[in-house]
Amino acid sequence: MPSRTMQTIMRNGLWASSMGAALLLSACGNIQPWVKPYERDRLADPIMSWDRDSISSAYLDHIRESREGARGATGSAGGGCGCN
Amino acid sequence: MTLAHRNPARLAAIGAIAALLLVQAGSADVLPDNRADVFWSRYSGGGMDITGKSVLVRKKFSENLAVEANYFVDTVSGASVDVLSNASVIKDERKQKSGTVEYVHDKTTYSLSFINSTERDYVANTTHFSLSQDMFGDLTTLTLGFSHTRDRVGENVGKTDAPAVQWLGHADSRSYDAGLSQIFTRNLIAGLNLEVITDYGYLANPYRSIRFLDNSAKGYALASQVYPNTRTSTAVQGQAKYYLPYRAAVTGSYRYFRDTWGIRANTYELDYTHPIGNIWIFEGRLRYYQQRRANFYSDLFPFAGSQNFMGRDRDLAASQDTTIGAKVTYAFWPEGWKIFKRGTATLDISRIRFKYLDFRDIRDYNNTPAGGNYAAGTEPFYHFDATVLQLYVSMFF
Repeated sequence: MPSRTMQTIMRNGLWASSMGAALLLSACGNIQPWVKPYERDRLADPIMSWDRDSISSAYLDHIRESREGARGATGSAGGGCGCN
Repeated sequence: MTLAHRNPARLAAIGAIAALLLVQAGSADVLPDNRADVFWSRYSGGGMDITGKSVLVRKKFSENLAVEANYFVDTVSGASVDVLSNASVIKDERKQKSGTVEYVHDKTTYSLSFINSTERDYVANTTHFSLSQDMFGDLTTLTLGFSHTRDRVGENVGKTDAPAVQWLGHADSRSYDAGLSQIFTRNLIAGLNLEVITDYGYLANPYRSIRFLDNSAKGYALASQVYPNTRTSTAVQGQAKYYLPYRAAVTGSYRYFRDTWGIRANTYELDYTHPIGNIWIFEGRLRYYQQRRANFYSDLFPFAGSQNFMGRDRDLAASQDTTIGAKVTYAFWPEGWKIFKRGTATLDISRIRFKYLDFRDIRDYNNTPAGGNYAAGTEPFYHFDATVLQLYVSMFF
């Protein structure tokens, strides 16, 4: 168990870092974007989409997760066994 | 006691929410177009044939609210090498229903999903919530998500034409994910995803068995697997997409995975997308996956009960697989028709080569190839090729 002093330091640290993050993000809301909205035509092209067809990527993820030990961080959710 | 002294973790959460609320508003986030998909798929490989059929409909009810529904049916025939080594051929069906509600408020998108997946011997229910926030002039998108899955695990102890399911237990899984997507230049976007999953309960696959040395004629016997009842895994993925000078895109990604069972895995993927006008989109895909075995995995244990936990599920073995894939999308209504803005048909073909580095093909026991009989533990390592076909029509309206 950490001592009372340590607990107080941890609490104050968490409070300070939370408020710091809040102020930082608030200030960042005013950041001028270096890629202007009118410069995003290429990024808006469908070929630049992370996932054009969710039905297909969810299916491929299910196939992989049923046959590989690794899982996660692919952005899809699903269920099932894939036991056989 | 003040709020700050009661619960530091809750305080940090309140601080994070305050941070998000303080981000000043600009243009509001936008929901994607309405779409409907009809999907067909076929997986053939390793003795299995799986045919999938699916329908997906996504509809916006206002500029802020969209609903998506998906129904998926997988029909399985045949059985993998593990099942053939221990049981009869299986025919089964998996039905998955899911519903998602998305709500946009200013620069924040909230998403809530329910997924039910039902097989004769396996039922899974998943609830997923995510929150996505555009920041810094919409150059950055932060996504936080949580999923809870409740599984009921059984085993079909009957025959193909007279199934009888014996329920073995439950599993509970919680997933925490965070994603960051960042626009760097007018041609480059990159992302970082982190997902931590914790499982508790019956985590073994009842259709797979361990084998251990004995004095029988075969030299080994089979027994049930014994798995730990907890598992925690962490996956981190980085990806980048670049718009080439001649209207084409290249995507690279890398994922590192580790879990408390000792599995370590690396996944590399490279995609190339090349459109021709507004009619065709061609895509090529290369993927390489490699993993280290789980601590309690062995192809052949020295004797029954030689370890507390014992597994011989090939998903836990050291392995590697390589995928080569191609996809072509044809827009049959590129400029739209009546209520439809666009209609496309897509064909996607992948070929996957699975190679196992410490999982042996015990069907080869007592075969008499040129080298003669195989003693237990000297059979060839298992490998197989699989073909994945997908064909779907998408209508945007």
